[in-house]
Amino acid sequence: MKPDKALIFEMSRPGRVAYSLPECDVPECDASEDIPVHLLRSKPAGLPEVYEVDVIRHYTELSRRNFGVDNGFYPLGSCTMKYNPKLNEEAARLAGFARIHPYQPEESIQGALELLYTLQQDLAELTGMDQMTLQPAAGAHGEWTGLMLIRAYHESRGEKRTKVIVPDSSHGTNPASATAAGFETVTIPSNSKGLVDLDKLRAAAGPDTAALMLTNPNTLGLFEEQIVEIAAIVHEAGGLLYYDGANSNAIMGIARPGDMGFDVVHLNLHKTMSTPHGGGGPGAGPVGVKSRLIPFLPKPVVSRRADGTYYWDYDRPQSIGRVKAYYGNFGILVRAYAYIRSYGPEGLRRVSECAVLNANYMRMRLAPYFDVPYPGICKHEFVLSGKRLKAYGVRTLDVAKRLLDFGYHPPTIYFPLNVEECLMIEPTETESKETMDAFIDTMIQIIREAETNPQLLLEAPHTTIVKRLNETQAARKPVLNCTCG
Amino acid sequence: MNKHRYLPMTDEDQAEMLAAIGASEIEDLFADIPPKVRYQGTLRMSGAMSEPELLQHMKELAGRNRDAERYTSFLGAGLYDHHIPVVIPHILSRSEFYTAYTPYQPEISQGELQAIFEFQSYMCELTGMKVANASMYDGATALAEAAALASAATGRSRVLLSSTVHPEARAVVKTAARGLGLEIVEIGYCGGVTDLNELENMASDEIAAVLVQSPNFFGCIEDIQACGRIVHARGGLLVTSCNPLSLGLLEAPGNLGADVAVGDAQPLGIPASLGGPTCGFFAVSEALMRRMPGRIVGQTVDKEGKRGYVLTLQAREQHIRREKATSNICSNQALLALCASVYLSVMGKAGLQEVAKQNYCKARYAAGRAATEPGLSLAFEAPFFNEFVIKLPEGTSPDDLSAKLLQAGYIGGLELGREYPELAGHMLVAVTERRSKAEIDGFISEMGAG
Repeated sequence: MKPDKALIFEMSRPGRVAYSLPECDVPECDASEDIPVHLLRSKPAGLPEVYEVDVIRHYTELSRRNFGVDNGFYPLGSCTMKYNPKLNEEAARLAGFARIHPYQPEESIQGALELLYTLQQDLAELTGMDQMTLQPAAGAHGEWTGLMLIRAYHESRGEKRTKVIVPDSSHGTNPASATAAGFETVTIPSNSKGLVDLDKLRAAAGPDTAALMLTNPNTLGLFEEQIVEIAAIVHEAGGLLYYDGANSNAIMGIARPGDMGFDVVHLNLHKTMSTPHGGGGPGAGPVGVKSRLIPFLPKPVVSRRADGTYYWDYDRPQSIGRVKAYYGNFGILVRAYAYIRSYGPEGLRRVSECAVLNANYMRMRLAPYFDVPYPGICKHEFVLSGKRLKAYGVRTLDVAKRLLDFGYHPPTIYFPLNVEECLMIEPTETESKETMDAFIDTMIQIIREAETNPQLLLEAPHTTIVKRLNETQAARKPVLNCTCG
Repeated sequence: MNKHRYLPMTDEDQAEMLAAIGASEIEDLFADIPPKVRYQGTLRMSGAMSEPELLQHMKELAGRNRDAERYTSFLGAGLYDHHIPVVIPHILSRSEFYTAYTPYQPEISQGELQAIFEFQSYMCELTGMKVANASMYDGATALAEAAALASAATGRSRVLLSSTVHPEARAVVKTAARGLGLEIVEIGYCGGVTDLNELENMASDEIAAVLVQSPNFFGCIEDIQACGRIVHARGGLLVTSCNPLSLGLLEAPGNLGADVAVGDAQPLGIPASLGGPTCGFFAVSEALMRRMPGRIVGQTVDKEGKRGYVLTLQAREQHIRREKATSNICSNQALLALCASVYLSVMGKAGLQEVAKQNYCKARYAAGRAATEPGLSLAFEAPFFNEFVIKLPEGTSPDDLSAKLLQAGYIGGLELGREYPELAGHMLVAVTERRSKAEIDGFISEMGAG
């Protein structure tokens, strides 16, 4: 067995350095003459002492123990793991984007402001909304921002509305964001088709309804066919419609949340707009609103003067305030902007068409081997249930772990919560038919293995750098950092 | 558009796949969308660009911004122009890191998980706190989450917020407070630091916490220990926001009584990038561990006893707890946490002290120059780290001064009048290790000349 990978702290040898700074060319000064001694560091931070080669080899080795989209197929449902174009990475690293400061004079950052302004316009057009804010740093952050906007809107009308309705298939962030925005969550069960149950919605909607949060297509990959009726029910009750844009890869140029009746939308640029997930961020979660909510948008908003110059508009007295320091994850916004430019309007529509075609193709080919809780066409993703494998003592988790041996990132598992032994598969548009066919063949092989040699699944993965890890021990006796320093 | 460099679908693929589905055209796959909401037009935006055209376009936009490579920057105010070690972009460009999602499958994500574990360790070493999470969106949102945590932990809803905290962080705290039902009370400043008398007067048995920043927005070093004594006597928590690079010189907040230490890791190798993405950090005492927001990585073993890492303490999180979660955060700033870790690995024990010392000495030198430059004076006497406030000559127009400095090749400091009306005509100036003596001399002379 190969030894454990050392922590960088464990590689330390006193006296080694990896840094290089010029000699200080101003007079040395003694901090203890100036700063009260109790506020000066009494013991240096226990950072490792390594040299540059150690640093490079350490992180190169860590990278080899990681799996990204560039390593292979990553059909992680709800996460839209599409290819991250390299041009966008290069663009974001240009000094004119990476080395600029938000407090520079506006005239010294006109290129950046133009980019932000155009992106606001493009995203508003794409979603059918009237105005966008680019401040939120992630999807959940966008949800919370959107709910704060909804709160401000109702309050401005003198209405106290305390409840946010979510379907049981919704992302966990929806109720969590509702709580952070000071709302109570009302969860309504989906109907037998996996869609919003109109009767349940009617029963839940009332004078205390602030909003309904909905993903469309929903987390089962199904389009809410009765969206017009849903919107009418919520609006008639005086509530607003919130669109969780995690699944917008299915509908670019095909259907717009604004046309469906949604009042507030967030987009996950790290999903639909191809910006990389970074191993868990940074993302970007711009929020779009219909005109009646514009006054409440976080400030500042990038605006354009008649002379064609751009500026930060702070003159927004009804704004909910700031949701993040500065102006959002600009480096991510640069990438998303480049992505949109690379496709143009027809291209974005083609992206969604391909994403939906790929998902339906995989669904059809895998359907004979799994239970399909919601038959019929899907959008960009679909769910399967692995419950029939229980007969062999095998669970969906074991299928996922076995996939690792074949060099795939598994689909999302055990979500949404309303599907037993759920597998949620999202191929995205950037995967070829050969890639999907090979994955499907592997899934079929794994089913056969479950039937004939379930142990192979139960003990999987066999080929990874570590075997299944003891998560119970990690939570019961938390070791959350090394104390090697 | 049927051909695109990122799209593999050929006409033949499409025909075969449609046949397998039993559909005759792609349109059939959208039959479930009611006609009323089908979008029939063409989105109004500019058309597709080829790779060379797009690269040129991006360079043209970038070229219209004046960047800190071509200009000499004395602008800080939360985002600093430090040297970024050359290895950092190389490591961050490893696509095994940047094209991965959150490490849900630990067996094929040990690299990211170990990197986060090391980041948590680094943040604990720097701050002197017991536990840290995997990162927050930025320092401002981390501070807002700290206020939420303090309220939940104490069962109190009043939060004291020093007016020397970064104005944008204060704004974010206030936005969040409206959602959470927190009452925010601002504490004034005196001589560039939090007014401890006012803090003493405002502290009561109803306060959940006091939020202070050191070095504060003016660059001045706060006596966070004294703040801690006041708030702890009332049963509240001490929440500190700090510049992690300053911790090469300044005492760890964990050793000064902090219950929660947050901040922004931007100084640790992250480019300013118009303010984002940066990386918030969040560290707490052991007692508050299970109240932390966000992802946390823990060490464990695999079934053969080999050391490994997993996401842990997930019972706090939204995907399990939904409306009862400690926070709604999921995606955070993992890639920038990696950046901060690589920076700290490069700087090491000696380098972090050296870079902090250089920042301090160069800022002291610049302040000394400003104090003797005709027309300029220092606003505050309190000790500072790498940033300080200069009073400009009477009648100086901030816009004219900025323009003049740009003309001379400098990105000037931040004029404080908008956020602190009483400090109109004052400029917050940052001096990092990147500034040479000659640049400092030139800049101060340019400012003084009116």
